[in-house]
Amino acid sequence: MSQADLTMGAHSTGLTIEPPFSIPTKKLAMWLFIIADTMTFAACLVAYGFLRNGTENWPRPFHSITNVATMTVVLLTSSLTMLIALRDARAGNKDRAFRWIMITAVLGILFALLHIREWLGLIAEGMTMFKNPWGTGLFGASFFSITGLHLTHVTSGVIALVAVGLRYRTGRYNADDIEVLGLYWHFVDLVWMFVVPLVYLLNLTH
Amino acid sequence: MTTTPAAKRESGGIGKDLIVYVCLLALAGLQFVIAYQNIDPAQMFTRMLVVACVEAGLAQLFFMHLWSEKRIFLWFVVIFTVSVLLGMQYGWTDSFRMLVGAAPYSK
Repeated sequence: MSQADLTMGAHSTGLTIEPPFSIPTKKLAMWLFIIADTMTFAACLVAYGFLRNGTENWPRPFHSITNVATMTVVLLTSSLTMLIALRDARAGNKDRAFRWIMITAVLGILFALLHIREWLGLIAEGMTMFKNPWGTGLFGASFFSITGLHLTHVTSGVIALVAVGLRYRTGRYNADDIEVLGLYWHFVDLVWMFVVPLVYLLNLTH
Repeated sequence: MTTTPAAKRESGGIGKDLIVYVCLLALAGLQFVIAYQNIDPAQMFTRMLVVACVEAGLAQLFFMHLWSEKRIFLWFVVIFTVSVLLGMQYGWTDSFRMLVGAAPYSK
């Protein structure tokens, strides 16, 4: 086959070929990021499980589930509002979509504030990264690491929501970009579904 | 406007999303109920993890629209995720041995 044939072939197929899995490149990139980030969180949670089971005097400092339950409801609701934003974006209702994106961002901020309030409460009780009044200091290290990593994701998500929302409103981004952002936001929600039982509920004071 | 396969297949109102949302809330509530059961920590851990996996599956399939994508992509994500979790068994194995066998610190 000559070089000319190869070039022609490449051109003819290049125009008709579909992206991998028939999904847009940005979306595929986000899925690959999510899979990679799953490994990060899984590694953290496995390390936490190992420490918890292998350490004497593991603290169980949580007396109430009110705060964590509220945080869960807020985050789940933010996923729903993100879905509504995407539906409005697909329907071409730009203003409504923007409004729902901002509502999602506000719920994200509320979640972060509840999280910080909880941290401050624990810190006030004497808990730090390396020591606490209830038992092994490893608890603080693992608790702050895992919840801190998740909180970082939420904070990044809120920043992304505002940035992408504003650019969507001005017409620089479209509904596909909202969907990609939504994938990230749902992933943050998904991780929380594992953090709550493993880090909070297994450490309730009975 | 967009014309991705998932976008084309997404149809209907918000009803399905609301149902999934309510299911997720109920499953999250179930985890809290399990937390207050007077059962062995290993059992509690297993039950909570099963519920969390169901929640994650629902969120991925319907909130993240994985169900609307091509089946080959769905399998791609499932196989990748399961591979990660199987890889993590190196860590869990010893942890689980301590939980059910040596168990002095798993209370």
